[in-house]
Amino acid sequence: MRYIPSSPGERRRLLEAIGLRHAGELFDSIPREFRLERPLSLPDPMPEADLVEHLRGLSEQNLDPRAAAVFLGAGAYRHFIPAVVDHLISRSEFYSSYTPYQPEFSQGTLQAIFEFQTLICQLTSLDISNASLYDGASALGEAILLAHRARRRRRVVTAATVHPEYLKVAATLTSRLDLRIETLPSGADGLVDPGRLAQSLDPQTAAVVIQQPNFLGRLEEVEAIAEAAHRVGALLLVVVNEAVSLGLLKGPGSQGADVVLGEAQSLGVPLSFGGPYLGFMAIRSDFLRELPGRLVGQARDAAGRTGYVLTLATREQHIRRERATSNICTNQGLCMLAASIFLATLGKQGMRDLADLNRARAEYAKSRLSRIPGCRIPHDGPTFNEFVLELPGEAKPLHRALLRKGIVAGLPLADYFPERKRDLLLAFTEMNSKSQIDRLAEALGEAR
Amino acid sequence: MSEKRQGYPSDLKYTREHEWVRLEGGVGIIGITEYAQSELGDVVFVDLPEKGRALAAGEELGTIESVKAVSEIYAPVSGEVLEINETLREHPEKVNGDPYGEGWLVRIRVGDRPEIDRLLSSEAYRSHVEEGE
Amino acid sequence: MSVEKVPPKRPEGLLFEQSTAGKRGCEVPAAQVPAAAPLDARFIRGEIEGFPELSEREVVRHFTRISRLNYGNDQGFYPLGSCTMKYNPKVNEKAARLEGFAEAHPLLPEEAVQGSLQVVSELERFLCEIAGMDAFTLQPAAGAQGELTGIRMVRAFHESRGNPRQVVLIPDSAHGTNPASAHLCGYRVEEIASDSRGCVDLPHLRERMSEDVAVLMLTNPNTLGVFESEIGEICRVVHDAGGIVYLDGANLNAFVGVARPGDMGADVMHVNLHKTFSTPHGGGGPGSGPVGVKEPLARFLPVPRVARTEAGYRWRSDFPESIGRVHAFHGNFGMVLRAYAYVLANGPGGLREIAETAVLNANYVRKRLEGTYHLPYSSPTLHEVIFSDRNLEKHGVRTLDVAKRLMDYGFHPPTIYFPLIVKGALMIEPTESEGIQELDAFIEAMIRIAREAEEDPDLLRTAPHSTPIGRLDEAAAARKPILRWTPATSKGEA
Repeated sequence: MRYIPSSPGERRRLLEAIGLRHAGELFDSIPREFRLERPLSLPDPMPEADLVEHLRGLSEQNLDPRAAAVFLGAGAYRHFIPAVVDHLISRSEFYSSYTPYQPEFSQGTLQAIFEFQTLICQLTSLDISNASLYDGASALGEAILLAHRARRRRRVVTAATVHPEYLKVAATLTSRLDLRIETLPSGADGLVDPGRLAQSLDPQTAAVVIQQPNFLGRLEEVEAIAEAAHRVGALLLVVVNEAVSLGLLKGPGSQGADVVLGEAQSLGVPLSFGGPYLGFMAIRSDFLRELPGRLVGQARDAAGRTGYVLTLATREQHIRRERATSNICTNQGLCMLAASIFLATLGKQGMRDLADLNRARAEYAKSRLSRIPGCRIPHDGPTFNEFVLELPGEAKPLHRALLRKGIVAGLPLADYFPERKRDLLLAFTEMNSKSQIDRLAEALGEAR
Repeated sequence: MSEKRQGYPSDLKYTREHEWVRLEGGVGIIGITEYAQSELGDVVFVDLPEKGRALAAGEELGTIESVKAVSEIYAPVSGEVLEINETLREHPEKVNGDPYGEGWLVRIRVGDRPEIDRLLSSEAYRSHVEEGE
Repeated sequence: MSVEKVPPKRPEGLLFEQSTAGKRGCEVPAAQVPAAAPLDARFIRGEIEGFPELSEREVVRHFTRISRLNYGNDQGFYPLGSCTMKYNPKVNEKAARLEGFAEAHPLLPEEAVQGSLQVVSELERFLCEIAGMDAFTLQPAAGAQGELTGIRMVRAFHESRGNPRQVVLIPDSAHGTNPASAHLCGYRVEEIASDSRGCVDLPHLRERMSEDVAVLMLTNPNTLGVFESEIGEICRVVHDAGGIVYLDGANLNAFVGVARPGDMGADVMHVNLHKTFSTPHGGGGPGSGPVGVKEPLARFLPVPRVARTEAGYRWRSDFPESIGRVHAFHGNFGMVLRAYAYVLANGPGGLREIAETAVLNANYVRKRLEGTYHLPYSSPTLHEVIFSDRNLEKHGVRTLDVAKRLMDYGFHPPTIYFPLIVKGALMIEPTESEGIQELDAFIEAMIRIAREAEEDPDLLRTAPHSTPIGRLDEAAAARKPILRWTPATSKGEA
């Protein structure tokens, strides 16, 4: 087989060196009753040209991204990825290397992680970041576990406007532990009411969880919420789904957040039907020993040279085993590298410009769509690049009709909140041109 | 202060879990043994209990973290925490360098009847370490 | 003036240290729309202090330079035991970048993603056939997450029968993720001893197995690279007491196409796509840890699941006993796609050839090194072999020193100090992706190092000598952690 560098002659030499006559003897330690008597029932092997044709054919059974106008967000966002990102992560020194347990052979990976940790701290305005986690949803689960360990309390209060799938995953992760997660509904404005929140908290609360921007696209009053949480000694966890927003919005760490976590897919990672993505977590330094995931620190060698090394690994499962802070065994290595390259390429001004542009396109869409007769913005108030539009009739049939015209009109909110039958959650990025937005407005105007 | 001590000082009592305790006049000073620190490797962080905390004999009172492992520390006898060794915050390596002296961990007030029966003498502890008894 | 034959290398420095105000690597598209009314100031951040400002050229230079400080699998041998560092086929990278796949949003309606759904559905089927299981989920993003998913399902299964049970049995040779996962599911962990062959001590298992035990978590072949040949009896003991057998599939490369965990009695297992199925390790991820089950556990699988209907592929969530979601979307589709391409490229014969060659290579390494290095277990080796440093102890040389010296010879070290039951373990897994020349070069280096241990042990204790950086003071790094750059940090630098 073309991936295996052994000729039949070489295999014979190896067998002879071991003193065996044929390859089957290699498996003598597997009881005969378990050895397959037949080849696996799988398709015949494909030469590369045929494989490429087959895969291309399959990819073309998906929506053509260039022909369609897609306004979907809800936790995953389509952004422009500069060519340098893919070029650099395609270097095999990066992608074909292992976890950097041998630092002398992995300074490239380790330095890239150290830079990523710094960038996340800068964006979130917090002290310490880990090397990344699987995705935003598991980052939320891990953050809740962190708060539980740090405060030794059993109650977590979360806004209903945190991404519903995140809440489900967090519930699955924490269900076996002595922890109760309670949801606080949002007000008519789509926001958490800090006063109502304060009333629902008590000294048994380990953490308050909100999302910024929240699932409905609205911007929460983070400072007031932080105050309410801290008054009872609870941690404030702020979830971020759309990391590009941090180019414009305050780092939640500067507003009182103790942990900022979420999804960094927006920073140079393709949509890829849901993964691999890039969870992140940043914390105030008080919680260092509770922080899950890998950490890279600076170190020196005997010659005084500065290098980078995995550190504080004793928190991790391969050493602490059942007492580990979590069971995480990986970070999202290459996705993390893509994010670092993306952020370095956009840079200080680029991040701000990108965020401004996203908001400008969304505000334009808001003004055009809200003027369609019968349509309104149910939660009026500041948003970033995503908002809810209420239609005069049911959203799902309209959504289907527009799909046939090559327009994906966001997400029918009823997919998550069945009572909201007339609502669409729409996202607008720099990849949605003015003419695409105009096309959406016209199609909605005709179809309603 | 006497010079750095090593091995199995005879004026101390020991546990199977490699803690030592010196009992004098109602007070116990607790640390980990030289063998323990050499198994752990370079100590990077020590997590100690709060003052005033009541400990039962055999209860976990904290952890010691090295580059490659984390070890729980168990109370050799019951008592109440009087003082912890604050210098270990900045200099955890004292546990390696002087485990029976400057690397002490906790001072506790011991009750009338400290549980000496469960402790090992220097000889018994040496056997435990060197012969695996 | 002193003249050096080889001038010292200029350290690359950090992104932040190379920044110059006003530079940028990317301009955003033209606005096209009117400027928006500004957001209220209370939401707007100030400038991000110290955020990089670099031209595109400098970004490329920086990351290209630091990449060259890495040793990748495309460059040379990577014999990490239990990691299966095999060749990453390049066509898989091409597949992942096909626009229809790369730009598919996970929440698109099913009719818009029939291609992706077909890949998911077909890989599930392939994995069932390869593993001997009845159903698979591709949601878990890594092996450890797969374990957690599997144990959660075990718990749900027992709960459905009225008693979740309390205990998970794990061999003392197991990887640390096993007990961590068990604990997260609310179980207590008890260890099963290994016998002199390195295998599960059957009498000990019989003694510990009871109706209080929910599951036995087993790796097969075990972490010593030895096949648990009593697997049939092991599964019987567990099943007779109503327990479940979980198989950690990390070592599937040893017998893919030759035997199947499902046939041996495993009820639930995970596979690592970044191991047996060739997806790249990426310097620490992303991976993927699909979980397979036998029919009695299928109803607990995470939702949604892909179904094939006359109307095409559809998501189905009507599984009331499902344990719920383990991933916000559908798992690491990018890795699923690569693994799918890998299975298609190999076919049934290719997969079997993988196992044969992997085991052949490991046995060759064992044969050629067992005179020089101490072999703690004489049981037959499958795809990975363990040595220890016992023969070098008399020279004051340890496994760590051997590993560091190997780098001077241009090889990535094997896995060291794992499994814990072997003192000074050196675990070598060549995989099928190495030819005899590379194996011989590695073997010769190892033999030379053993001789160096005798003749010049200090050389080994201070190795490596030829890498960009020497041994780092990890204790100091852990005592006073510096985990990010700040402007103050750079000023303190030499």
